[in-house]
Amino acid sequence: MDSRRTPRSVIDPKVRQVGFFAPPDRTNSGQPDPISSSSSSPSPPAANISPSGNSLSPVMIPPPRHSSDSRPVPFVPHPASPLRRESIPAGSSYNPSDFYPPATSPTAASPSSFACRMPVGGYGEFSEDVVALSPGRAFRGSSVRASASSSFPGGGFDLTALKASSVPASELTTVSVFNLPPGIAEKAGGAFVEMQNDRHVSSKAAKEKTTKAERRALQEAQRAAKAAAKAEGNKIPGTGSSAVTSVNVKPAKGVKAALQKNDSVSVAASEKKVADRPVEKDRKKDVPQPRMQYDDRSRVEKAKRRAVVYQTEARNRVELFRHLPQYEHGTQLPDLESKFFQLDPVHPAVYKVGLQYLSGNISGGNARCIAMLRAFQEAIKDYSTPPEKNLGRDLTAKLSSYVSFLIECRPLSISMGNAIRFLKGRIAKLPLTLSESEAKALLQSDISRFISEKIILADKVIVKHAVTKIRDGDVLLTYGSSSAVEMILLHAHELGKQFRVVIVDSRPKLEGQLLLRRLVGKGLNCTYAHINAVSYIMHEVSRVFLGASSVLCNGTVYSRVGTACVAMVAHAFRVPVLVCCEAYKFHERVQLDSICANELGDPDAISKVPGREDINSLKHLASSEKLQLLNLIYDATPSDYISMIITDYGMVPPTSVPVIVREYRREHLWI
Amino acid sequence: MPDMQGLVNEFLIKLKKRKMEGSQATAKQTAELLRAVISQQRVPYSNQSAALIDAVKSVGELLISANPIELAVGNIVRRVLHIIREEDLSLTTAAMAGLNLSSVSDDDDDAEHDDHPVLSAAAVAAAARSTLRPPSLQTLLEDVPDGTAIPRTSSSGGDSEGKSKSADKSSRTRKLKHDVIEAVNELIQDINTCHEQIAEQAVEHIHQNEVILTLGSSRTVLEFLCAAKEKKRSFRVFVAEGAPRYQGHLLAKELVSRGLQTTLITDSAVFAMISRVNMVIVGAHAVMANGGVIAPVGLNMVALAAQRHAVPFVVLAGSHKLCPLYPHNPEVLLNELRSPSELLDFGEFSECMDFGNGAGSPLLHVVNPTFDYVPPKLVSLFITDTGGHNPSYMYRLIADYYSADDLVVQRRTTTGS
Repeated sequence: MDSRRTPRSVIDPKVRQVGFFAPPDRTNSGQPDPISSSSSSPSPPAANISPSGNSLSPVMIPPPRHSSDSRPVPFVPHPASPLRRESIPAGSSYNPSDFYPPATSPTAASPSSFACRMPVGGYGEFSEDVVALSPGRAFRGSSVRASASSSFPGGGFDLTALKASSVPASELTTVSVFNLPPGIAEKAGGAFVEMQNDRHVSSKAAKEKTTKAERRALQEAQRAAKAAAKAEGNKIPGTGSSAVTSVNVKPAKGVKAALQKNDSVSVAASEKKVADRPVEKDRKKDVPQPRMQYDDRSRVEKAKRRAVVYQTEARNRVELFRHLPQYEHGTQLPDLESKFFQLDPVHPAVYKVGLQYLSGNISGGNARCIAMLRAFQEAIKDYSTPPEKNLGRDLTAKLSSYVSFLIECRPLSISMGNAIRFLKGRIAKLPLTLSESEAKALLQSDISRFISEKIILADKVIVKHAVTKIRDGDVLLTYGSSSAVEMILLHAHELGKQFRVVIVDSRPKLEGQLLLRRLVGKGLNCTYAHINAVSYIMHEVSRVFLGASSVLCNGTVYSRVGTACVAMVAHAFRVPVLVCCEAYKFHERVQLDSICANELGDPDAISKVPGREDINSLKHLASSEKLQLLNLIYDATPSDYISMIITDYGMVPPTSVPVIVREYRREHLWI
Repeated sequence: MPDMQGLVNEFLIKLKKRKMEGSQATAKQTAELLRAVISQQRVPYSNQSAALIDAVKSVGELLISANPIELAVGNIVRRVLHIIREEDLSLTTAAMAGLNLSSVSDDDDDAEHDDHPVLSAAAVAAAARSTLRPPSLQTLLEDVPDGTAIPRTSSSGGDSEGKSKSADKSSRTRKLKHDVIEAVNELIQDINTCHEQIAEQAVEHIHQNEVILTLGSSRTVLEFLCAAKEKKRSFRVFVAEGAPRYQGHLLAKELVSRGLQTTLITDSAVFAMISRVNMVIVGAHAVMANGGVIAPVGLNMVALAAQRHAVPFVVLAGSHKLCPLYPHNPEVLLNELRSPSELLDFGEFSECMDFGNGAGSPLLHVVNPTFDYVPPKLVSLFITDTGGHNPSYMYRLIADYYSADDLVVQRRTTTGS
């Protein structure tokens, strides 16, 4: 391993690029499995095509995986598929078979590199690899090698489950088929398929389908083999080596990831010329789904019929923001409260969180996300699969209904969206062999791990990084109230650094006052100002620390409204702007202005100024047609105002956000 | 003049206590006060203008020091001083004209109808301006023969006194004071009507279906927008509320009552909204000689956002807001901090803000400035009652209204008296 590691580090970049593409393809390829086929979607041929597509473009969009994932597993949108891939990545195992044999010393390399993963499989080396890999991930990993498991302690899929995850296996088989010589491929593929079939108890027609899938796989494999044979002669040696190296690349992050990458690499390398089209498809899938546009009448009507929460639409809405939901504030709460005992579909814990969102008791990306996950944890704990139903599907459907309930209470933050995606992925990836109680326990521990690793630990890391940027005598400006920034300031204070804090605040939430109270209570030296005074106060500021609701792929920071103003003024005064944001809040969406996507708050908060009775000129105008009150919640800060983004992966420039989104997305899905 | 003294003191107290709101009202009251001062001033036979100037300066100095931030006061004092000088000059030229036929013809050219500027002080002032102004292209071209007038430009009270001796003194005594008061009346009139003159230009700047953003409240802006509305232009206005004074609420209310489509936003949403805005129109507290603007707090942020999105940033300012001074560190020196109670409840944080508590300075400071400085490079256009101007042209406009001798009112008086 060691020897490989060094090369890996060198080669990493290349490998990574390739690696990302591949996974989505596999999922498609994986589809031949009974489950996937039943679910719908491209099926085996697609799989072939996709790999080739991968090979074509080194630069691809990470999201495709999710979308692709969603296809194979009907209910589970994104995360599930990645997980499967992991198991598939076992497919990486086939790399050894594919590449090693032709290129370098296959046997030596494969065993050593994959040793942990590869138990001695019953079916074939490949199959073995697959199985082994999957176990490795899982904690139990009874059969699994410790090494793999160690890398992914958190993940904990059941290995046994892995077997169940026939899908990955099938994928593997298909993939492997391509590269392998026809005969081998047949055997391997068949073996895998069968395994898969066996494991997939659920699908009745599995056998037939599998056979079809087999045939297709074989045909394609043969075709691919021919193409590959030509291509490989020239290209493979290099690629193969790179792939191998790639396996080693990210030992820390997770062997699984590496495996996946290998698979992808190998696939890509072997079939560069096969097909571009599938890739295109995948890419399209990757693009984040368009959000609901509330100026679309028919869709709004549909949504209303499903809605649990009764909401009256605000009458007097701003023309520019018709595409965003806006409701009369205060109408939902009493309605919801009265329904408390009638709403069976919503778990009480979820219901409680929803009410807290509605009333604004919980705000802030992290707090909302944690509250939601805890509620889901509760809900899962109390969940029992109805008879005749599949736990994975039913639970996912349940969760989806919870989520739509939460959305009705308040639109999801991007961090919550990411967390939900993660959770659904985990559910989709649950091994079918798991008993219900085991599955539930597993999911609950997954959620806990997500909270602790992606949020709490991430914050700690961010604090550690950010504190190095605070020096004695600094004047630090912050806007609003960001939990990460608050932790940074408090930690720096504990370290005995001498600095002053400027808290800039704005209406209508005046969250800065809360932060001010806490900081002053801890003995920090504070200055308080409104956002209008920011250019007055900026002269004395040496650094600006900002929190973020999300960081988008083009480097845009999506955050509390006013952040953009502060960053702009700081930029004009040549003051560095540091944005603190956990990496789980990163999103592949892009945004140029604050209008296309935003959230509207209660308009009445604008016209009323608490504590200032003299400001009442708008009291009687609320019903006027001509007057509209606009209470934006977020805005988008252009990336050129931002000097640095501090995340749990380190301190990066805004241009590196897409890289992080792409590179760490999968790992984050598995945890 | 105990009576006069009382008036001045009352005004001073108002200024010191910041009871006066708005530069227009302040300017008007200052002009009225100075008019009273002039009319009460006893004028000696000799050296009348110098006496008037001294009187105005001594009062003006008091007024300016009472509220150095309210630049309109200083502007009006300087304007009045300038008026006195001009009137004096025009009178001397007229007197010279009486003595000297050839110069009469010159005057004819400049001041078309007024051979004998006895009655119409305004016309005299206009004539005097054209002849006495420091060399501009116009005067250079038109007044080439008027060699006598140009040296007089630099003449101050002392010079004119020497010349005035040659003139008919008895007729002049009354006339100077009378003319000056007439001119000051005209100035007051100008201040009163500057809104209308600015608003008249609205149609040229506001187009159909535009989206206009403004911050805080300004009567000039209100009139401007309404004037465009009356001309059947339909457009939308975003009003940023202008915390912590929330004058945007007042403006929004006014606009709605006049039938304009108005959207009220928080100040923090300015950057979010500016990408859909066609023009930013704001009022100013004062316009400095370099084209910089002292404006209500928050406007620097708006101007930066407008620049980022290439949105024109238009400042409306009556000519009484033109200040002949160049700003130095205006964010601090030409600013004023208001009460923290506008931002925070004292009850909650009082112990943190207590200077007598513990050692040294308190933990908590609250900053609540009144004004912002918008540098000239962020301003696209000034619209004054004399038309639209570039920031770089401001210094020239100022030269029309003020004489260079008065720029530093205070030092003059201290050294002189």
